[in-house]
Amino acid sequence: MSAPQWNNKVVKWVDDRLPVISMLHHSAYEYPTPKNLSYMWNFGSLAGFVLVTMILSGIFLVMNYTPHTSMAFESVERIMRDVNYGWLIRYIHMNGASMFFIVVFIHIFRGLYYGSYKAPREMLWWIGILILLAMMATAFMGYVLPWGQMSFWGATVITNLFSAFPIIGDPLVTWLWGGFSVDNPTLNRFFSLHYLMPFVILGLVVLHVWALHSVRSNNPTGVEIKTPQDSIPFHPYYTIKDLYGLGVFLIFFSAFVFFAPDYLGHPDNYIPANPLVTPPHIVPEWYFLPFYAILRSIDFTIFGIPAKLLGVLAMFASIVILFVIPWLDTSKVRSSKFRPVYKWFFWLFVIDTFILGYCGAKAPDDYFLGIPGLKVIVMGQLSTLYYFAHFLVVMPLVGKLERTKPLPASISESVLKEGANA
Amino acid sequence: MRKFALTAIAAAFAVTAFTGGAAKAAGGDQPAPAAQDWSWQGLFGTYDRAQLQRGFQVYKNVCAGCHSLRFIAFRNLEGIGFNEDQIKAIAAEYDIEDGPNDDGDMFDRPGIPADYFPAPFPNEKAAAASNGGAIPPDLSLMNKARVGGPDYVFGLLTGYEEEAPEGFDLADGKYYNHYFPGHQISMAPPLYDEAVEYTDGTPMTLEQHARDITAFLNWTAQPELEARKALGMKVILFLLVLTAMMYAVKRKIWRDVEH
Repeated sequence: MSAPQWNNKVVKWVDDRLPVISMLHHSAYEYPTPKNLSYMWNFGSLAGFVLVTMILSGIFLVMNYTPHTSMAFESVERIMRDVNYGWLIRYIHMNGASMFFIVVFIHIFRGLYYGSYKAPREMLWWIGILILLAMMATAFMGYVLPWGQMSFWGATVITNLFSAFPIIGDPLVTWLWGGFSVDNPTLNRFFSLHYLMPFVILGLVVLHVWALHSVRSNNPTGVEIKTPQDSIPFHPYYTIKDLYGLGVFLIFFSAFVFFAPDYLGHPDNYIPANPLVTPPHIVPEWYFLPFYAILRSIDFTIFGIPAKLLGVLAMFASIVILFVIPWLDTSKVRSSKFRPVYKWFFWLFVIDTFILGYCGAKAPDDYFLGIPGLKVIVMGQLSTLYYFAHFLVVMPLVGKLERTKPLPASISESVLKEGANA
Repeated sequence: MRKFALTAIAAAFAVTAFTGGAAKAAGGDQPAPAAQDWSWQGLFGTYDRAQLQRGFQVYKNVCAGCHSLRFIAFRNLEGIGFNEDQIKAIAAEYDIEDGPNDDGDMFDRPGIPADYFPAPFPNEKAAAASNGGAIPPDLSLMNKARVGGPDYVFGLLTGYEEEAPEGFDLADGKYYNHYFPGHQISMAPPLYDEAVEYTDGTPMTLEQHARDITAFLNWTAQPELEARKALGMKVILFLLVLTAMMYAVKRKIWRDVEH
């Protein structure tokens, strides 16, 4: 790719000294992209859009928010009632968190389905997992800031998890809290970190895109770009496709912001935090429910390791395990399109995460979907087992045993074949 | 491929419906209150100003004895259809503690529109002492702070039973309520027929009072509701047109690409 020649004198002057314009041209304009990307490839740019939306709406919220236990709840209500369009900014930010996770979860499932984690994309995949972890930390700390009942008790439950570690557990929790309970120092540091983390995410996103642009996008066939006929420039083809996707997504987002702004939230968070009253059900936000279910499903000890510690380890492991799937997956074929057996296991895994989410929302002693005799805790344990079995058993075994369908010789060939079939 | 995309979109909808529903389903043994028809429901729903004013009357004459409304200022009553003079008159009915004055003393003065509704008790201890140990919660956000929202509030207000059912052990000073978690509530039945005198000919039944106060409390919880829905309509219409145009441009740009 030779550097483009700029005719505009100012552009040329700048670019000769700092080739920022050439870089942008290279990565957002001529970047060769597989021509067969489906709409499943829209979710990366959507996630980027939501990140920017969250940072901007957050900056404006901070102008009116007070990080103090005696004023945080009131300041949020002041934003809702007295700040011009404060309700709009806050509802965008509040629902934006959910939108971020919806978009990113689909993005991750897409990567799992099409084998986007396989060589040479391991680094790209790892940075993505780091982004997910950073998002989870950011969302958790952000949820604490309005200082409602769920903010306070969610913070208490989650920070207490660290007390499960032997010896360092209790001092660690005291250190995290900045005191002997969740209180003003906790709120202050969460506020500080909640403002910091999005910029960490932004940095990780730059690395993510950098890694993407050096290994190139995967595509639905999982076959690499081989000839110039396989790819098209990013602009205008994918800029317009991303913009169209953005329009559809914004309609979905707006439906929540304007017509059901509190639907994804929990009513208890409109009750001011009260350390003396524990809510009957402490439930995290929906995007944490599958992980919460994994945490709770460990109610037994193994080799004298207490259940709480095992639960915490299992919960962290459920994400950390994603780092090693490039090696757990033994199949030579990337895309599940050509993996007739694994494809079904993929969808089973998706269903499993939904079941985990359901179990996370329910009390352990409830009955799963009201089925008599089937406790939520038992169902949670089975789905947790399956969650790990998918990565540790299904991925290595199916990859070895499965007879895959023949791969197309190139992206162009697959496109022509599909065109002929249509 | 299209199938995958559609499935994913369906999954996105499912995850929101499912998790939202699941989170809301977590509850105790009390029955879910029946869904009521409220004027502000639906895409075009708005508040009924006359109803909000009747509800305000119920708050003022009944609830305000025990429950604060700390996020509502008199000036906010413009939102339920009062004009400036009416608001000034309403505010002036209240004594507001102000100060300290130049002598260092606190003093009472008549309220002005900028004042917030004064709390009935000076602090939580006083509130608990006057109410058998229970603290009457602030009502500003009540409709957003309970599972079921307005349906729950309405259900609670109309869900009292004079006698607890056979075999139910009702503690002293408690009242039996169908919808309150655990069924034992410290609040005596607050409403009854003709609890408040309406001047607009609306029937003065317990149910009507409950309906009106619930509407008023929905406004105190979501005063932005009408502005929000009106703006939402414009935003979504705009996005529909914009997205359709984007789709058309996309089709045009991709026309000659085999993909």
